[in-house]
Amino acid sequence: MDVAKLQQQHLELTQALFKEGFLDEQFTQLQQLEDPSNPEFVAEVSTLFFDDSQRILAELTKSLDGDPVDFKKIDAYVHQFKGSSSSIGAHRVKVGCTVLRTCCEEENREGCWQALQQVKQEFFLVKNRLELLLQLEQQILAEGGTIPFME
Amino acid sequence: MDHCNCVELLWPASDIHMKYQFISDFFIVLAYFSIPLELIYFVKKSAVFPYRWVLVQFGAFIVLCGATHLINLWTFTLHTRTVVVCMTVAKVLTAVVSCATALMLVHIIPDLLSVKTREQFLKNKAAELDREMGLIRTQEETGRHVRMLTHEIRSSLDRHTILKTTLVELGKTLALEECSLWMPTRNGLELQLTHRLRHIPSLPVTVPIHHPDIMRVFSTNHAVRIPSNSPVASTRRHNGKYVPGDVVAVRVPLLHLNNFHIAEWPEPAKKPFALMVLILPSDSARRWHVHEQELVEVVADQVAVALSHASILEETLRARDLLMEQNVALDMARREAETAACARDRFLAVMNHEMRTPMHAIIALSSLLQESELTTEQRSMVETIVRSSNLLATLITDVLDLSRLEDGSIQLDMHTFNLPALFREVLNLVKPIASVKKLAISLNLAKDLPEYAIGDDKRLMQMALNVVGNAVKFTKDGFVTVTICLERPEFLSDPRLRDFRPMQGEEHCYIRVKVQDTGIGLNPPDVSNFFNKFVHANSSSNKIYRGSGLGLAICKRFANLMDGHIWIESEGLGKGSTVTFIVKLGIADRASEVDKQIALQPCPLKANFSGVRVLVTDNNGVNRMVSRGLLVRLGCEVIAVGSGRDCLKLLYQSGNSIKILFLEVFMPDMDGYEVLAQINAKVGRHGRPLIVALTANTEQSTRERCLTSGMDGVVLKPVSLEKMRAVLTELLGRGSLGSNPRRM
Repeated sequence: MDVAKLQQQHLELTQALFKEGFLDEQFTQLQQLEDPSNPEFVAEVSTLFFDDSQRILAELTKSLDGDPVDFKKIDAYVHQFKGSSSSIGAHRVKVGCTVLRTCCEEENREGCWQALQQVKQEFFLVKNRLELLLQLEQQILAEGGTIPFME
Repeated sequence: MDHCNCVELLWPASDIHMKYQFISDFFIVLAYFSIPLELIYFVKKSAVFPYRWVLVQFGAFIVLCGATHLINLWTFTLHTRTVVVCMTVAKVLTAVVSCATALMLVHIIPDLLSVKTREQFLKNKAAELDREMGLIRTQEETGRHVRMLTHEIRSSLDRHTILKTTLVELGKTLALEECSLWMPTRNGLELQLTHRLRHIPSLPVTVPIHHPDIMRVFSTNHAVRIPSNSPVASTRRHNGKYVPGDVVAVRVPLLHLNNFHIAEWPEPAKKPFALMVLILPSDSARRWHVHEQELVEVVADQVAVALSHASILEETLRARDLLMEQNVALDMARREAETAACARDRFLAVMNHEMRTPMHAIIALSSLLQESELTTEQRSMVETIVRSSNLLATLITDVLDLSRLEDGSIQLDMHTFNLPALFREVLNLVKPIASVKKLAISLNLAKDLPEYAIGDDKRLMQMALNVVGNAVKFTKDGFVTVTICLERPEFLSDPRLRDFRPMQGEEHCYIRVKVQDTGIGLNPPDVSNFFNKFVHANSSSNKIYRGSGLGLAICKRFANLMDGHIWIESEGLGKGSTVTFIVKLGIADRASEVDKQIALQPCPLKANFSGVRVLVTDNNGVNRMVSRGLLVRLGCEVIAVGSGRDCLKLLYQSGNSIKILFLEVFMPDMDGYEVLAQINAKVGRHGRPLIVALTANTEQSTRERCLTSGMDGVVLKPVSLEKMRAVLTELLGRGSLGSNPRRM
């Protein structure tokens, strides 16, 4: 595929991600950190984020399944997850974490379940899209082009 | 024996008379000899006999008489001379003793008589003492009864129990036929029978208070006898004839009147009394004794005290119940308020994000647009868009936090800025709209205005823009003039600003900004309302002027925050208006650093901090990686660790070569504060690296805690290049942030 088209797709996807609120300005910061000395930064951070988050989500699911429910532990995990998603700029995940945190403070098990489902959904959505974006970037780089990024 | 020649016939010695005399003499002798024996026997038997000497004398007398008679027995027949001699001797002795005894008796008999009178006297005394003892015993019993009654009465705090117990116990103690209590009625003119010992009244019985008997009882605190036909005493229907028992009545002073509301009391003493009536059993001869009356008086006093206690207790309980109810109501209200506030905060928090996202998109894309090929006109338009959207972003934040503004928890973001430039920019922003409306805008800056000032430039610009924007909005034609000058002390005695007392100082000044327009004006009476939330100008005339109505309210609060004042003047409708505000600004030295302008500018991607060794401590892997990336971009040498312990280990290893430590505050196991404490303990403030706290917690208290515990700076997550650069510049340019911390 031709570079310009890929770049166009990349731009559109990025815009869509920002517009739909999947990503926020923090992600832009990360993108700015990429340069010839550090070409894979975003990919590395994203991969780390995905692995870490999947681990946390599994723990959260297990904790909410338990009896009795240890809300303090869940709160700690949610805090972690919120921190990571905030650092990477996964905006909707962060918002979902806020809601989950509130339910956790209220010790509302049902609410927590629902919030967790929401967070999971948001996470997988952003994961898919980000993975797609990264794939596009790889392709562009392979074709010898440069990745356009917004300032 | 020789017979004497007497007148009478010579008596022949006939036997019969002789015999009788002989026998009589014999018996006399027996008797006379037995008397002393009896005396001796009985005296010996008795314990006390004071007159032994008399007894001896008398004994001797008797014995001698007996002896005489004994010897006489021999003289009835022919007798010898010895017998005569004995007889003579005996008679002589007897005569002597008799005379002595007779003489003695003269002394003794009065004594004996007086003994009798003394005996009588003592008997009287004994009878008297018996009576007195009887009285004392009665009194003691009365006292015992009183104590028992008091105990019974005081053992309860319930009014009715007290009264009932009193009547029952009094009835028992005094063996009464009837005992009743009359309480004053609400109007204070009658006494109503409330408690009764024997019969329960079916209908309320009342007696007017001004009955003479009752008045008599009330006038003294003693128990008073009243006639049995008195209305308070004759409450029983009597059939047949009987003698009604004696009646006594006593007053019982009442202290609290809550159950018995009395509007006015006719008595001069103004003290209300109840009446207790006690009736002795009829057909008995019993009369009221003084001690019984005293008992009744004492009991009445005790009852009064007990009743007052009961009243006080009732009052207290009622007050407490009322308080409890109020407490419950208040608690519920508070909880409702808290829930409402909580719900509002949560709503605001979520909406905040929802509103900011599109704003960020606008900002981002318009910045992007700035980078592309544009004509000059397009560029200026885009620049305006960028600036406006930045302002709008701030405005959204502030509008959504208006409640926090009112709480006073918004703080000013102080920066050094170019004062004239700020106002010029405001004018530039409104120029397009003004030129469309063909309004003339002018800006007059006083000569003595400082070029650089310290203050919250964003909010000042917001205020200025709001005011000028309003002026432009509400003016159809004419002009809008903005005049800015330094506030003079003589202006401060403005009568409009009675409550406003600005303080001049070396470090700060007050500027006055006056915005005049020739717009629709407003009614002078509406002025005070203008700065309230959601109030528009006269709604009939300006349906086309839409707005949230919050602008001026926000301006007012900003003006207050800046130790200033804002007000509006107008001559009337259609005559234009003038909005003036005064704010306090710090005076800046031109040599001191000037912060960046409000508009976003593309950040230079140069590294300024090459070689600076920093240590990042964060338990979150993603955060660590991002922070590291940012710092590496800025040129630092970065070591990243995942826990407080690793951080401490590393610090002590490499010694002082770590310049700055970035420390996440909220970590499990060992949090940022603990790490700080350990470092301080080990190396003290001067031996340790500069420490910057990283936290996602936006609360003021967290920031304050970090700074007061000795951290050199605080960075809010998520971290950005700008934030890192700013904090590094601060720390490495000026040393640690002391008294003027900034939020990043």
